[in-house]
Amino acid sequence: MNHDKPLGQALREQGVSRRGFLKFCATTASLMALPPSMVPAIAKALESARRPSVIWLSFQECTGCTESLTRSHAPTLEGLIFDNISLDYHHTLQAASGDAAEAAREAAMEENKGKYLLVVDGSIPLGNPGYSTIAGISNLEMLKEVAEHAAAIIAVGTCAAYGGLPHAKPNPTGAVSVEEIIKDKPIVNVPGCPPIPVVITGVLAHFLTFGKLPELDHLRRPLAFYGNNIHDRCYRRPFYDKGLFANTFDDEGARKGWCLFKLGCKGPVTYNACATIKWNDGTSFPIEAGHGCLGCSEPNFWDMGGFYNALSESTMDLSRTAAVGIAVGAAAGAASGLLNRRKKSKAEAAHETVTVKDLQREEKS
Amino acid sequence: MNSAEFLLWVRGPGLNIAMVIFIIGMLIRLLEIFMLGRKQNLAELRGNGISAGLRTIFTRSTPADKNSMRRSMFTFVAGYGFHIGLFVVIFLLMPHIQLIQSLLGFGWPALPTPVVDLFTVIALISLMALLWRRLTHPVVRYLSTPQDYLVWAATFLPLLTGYMSYHHLWFPYSWLLGMHILSVEFLLILFPFTKLTHAFTLFISRWYTGMMAGEKGVAS
Amino acid sequence: MNSMDSSLKVEIGSYNSGNIPPLMHEIRHALRNLLDNDETTTIDLRGLPMAPGEQQQLLDILGKGEVSVQLDALGKSEITESSYAGVWLIIHYNNNKEVMGKFIEITRMPAILKTRTADMEESLAALQVKLEEV
Repeated sequence: MNHDKPLGQALREQGVSRRGFLKFCATTASLMALPPSMVPAIAKALESARRPSVIWLSFQECTGCTESLTRSHAPTLEGLIFDNISLDYHHTLQAASGDAAEAAREAAMEENKGKYLLVVDGSIPLGNPGYSTIAGISNLEMLKEVAEHAAAIIAVGTCAAYGGLPHAKPNPTGAVSVEEIIKDKPIVNVPGCPPIPVVITGVLAHFLTFGKLPELDHLRRPLAFYGNNIHDRCYRRPFYDKGLFANTFDDEGARKGWCLFKLGCKGPVTYNACATIKWNDGTSFPIEAGHGCLGCSEPNFWDMGGFYNALSESTMDLSRTAAVGIAVGAAAGAASGLLNRRKKSKAEAAHETVTVKDLQREEKS
Repeated sequence: MNSAEFLLWVRGPGLNIAMVIFIIGMLIRLLEIFMLGRKQNLAELRGNGISAGLRTIFTRSTPADKNSMRRSMFTFVAGYGFHIGLFVVIFLLMPHIQLIQSLLGFGWPALPTPVVDLFTVIALISLMALLWRRLTHPVVRYLSTPQDYLVWAATFLPLLTGYMSYHHLWFPYSWLLGMHILSVEFLLILFPFTKLTHAFTLFISRWYTGMMAGEKGVAS
Repeated sequence: MNSMDSSLKVEIGSYNSGNIPPLMHEIRHALRNLLDNDETTTIDLRGLPMAPGEQQQLLDILGKGEVSVQLDALGKSEITESSYAGVWLIIHYNNNKEVMGKFIEITRMPAILKTRTADMEESLAALQVKLEEV
């Protein structure tokens, strides 16, 4: 693979016209959620951009993230982005296997030392290194080895970003995220279960275009895609404000498309681009299909207290706690009350009647 | 700790701990009062104590006469603004009703969110005005104890954080929501041990006063 | 069966996120700006939260004008002037006819249609070669 040719030239050699390139830049800007006014700058940057080498490591994952990305059939824009990075290792997608695959990884690492991009999907088990291995190498060991000379790391999917499903209680494998292991590299989290495909490619496009990582939020997510929560961008938001809610999945409110808060929608605390970019090439997203948001791009979404419990409800059984409280409180209150009564009757019993004699005695002294 | 872990804690263990302390504390308080007992009233009843007690619960909510109302106009308006605002916010905002429903098994209709928002603003302004008065009025200031300021803050914070959450002010929503729930937990824990208990005891003592007066055949 | 049909009836088109009026205002301002300062504005429709059916509503309001161009570069692109002169709708497709981007451009002529200088220079050279061959 030739990494030295600027992207603009490489594209023209592939028969992409200048109009095609402009279209590519316009859709790339849209992909990166950048304003259309940025297109000239993007065109200029992309013209001279160079193909980065990418090593993709899959740990404790379900391949859903890779599926999400590859389900958009080539040659889409996503495909084009992928044509213009050099994906040197991805054990699900690559043709080579076994020793040859590992050799390719080592060669890419050696050749692009300090410049390659590391993409990780899946969490890393710390419980026992044998829980997940590739070519006999534990996930932890491989991550550390590849991360050492990476320019940056992109953690794709909630598992790599925050531990995800393997991390859910009781976390039998001791799964952790990439950022809990690697502390000295720039890391971008692209969470979601799976992430929206154009969000994955958008981050790659950003790196390809500008040679650096995009601006991040406090959970290291690119602000361009995770800057707004679902609730604020949801087309059902006006119903929330009006107080119109679906109470079940088949009542009048559900049929009229009212707000799904009561049915457990986690939109208010979920930061993602589903409400604007949507899924399946902009067709729809879960709330549009009539189901609340699960909050899959947030840490611990699996343990957020039930997918169908409203956000304002407790994540634990509050009624049971209250019942215990009432029982203990009633007993303690009754005991305290009885104690006070006893004190009172004791005081009454100890009370001595003042007689005329006593008063006379006082007068004398 | 990230915002999701924080939110998880306040919605789970935090809320349960606060709820247990609140319920146990309040039950001890109330049962102690109810079990005090009274000496048997040997005098002949001159009126119906029950109806007088009920009446007093409500009549004490309005000012006794125009003159005293004029003199305490500020306290009257700010006090009512704050208490009504607080009531609306706590009991008529949908997410709150949803929490109560998950606890008790029944709920009631909510007000539209912008209306509740208006009441929040009324309550916030009233509370700030009352604090200003507490700090500037020499007599009220002299009578104020540290507990008064603590209780003011404990009431103000849930309203403020709730308002900030709804309007996404300054911090990410997840943090704001977490802070809001935490501040309510703080309020719940303080409740049985401070003068906040008046929310319960107020009506008991009004009832008692009214009933005593009613049985004696005098107005309360 | 009938009762089931009626219970599954979903009312479409009753949604209103309220996003169309502000968008129309934005277009009006952009057109004013184009007239006064000769400045082009592009609005990316992907970044806007739209209720089901709302985007179609918007396109219906804009209507179709006189010009309709099809571009064939990296898949098809449809470029049409709306019934409001100077307001263009640009839809980019890929080779699988999937929508890659949807934009409203307020301009005299969408930038993508203009012939690039570099392309003209290359054409000139190519013509030269062709003429020499003849």
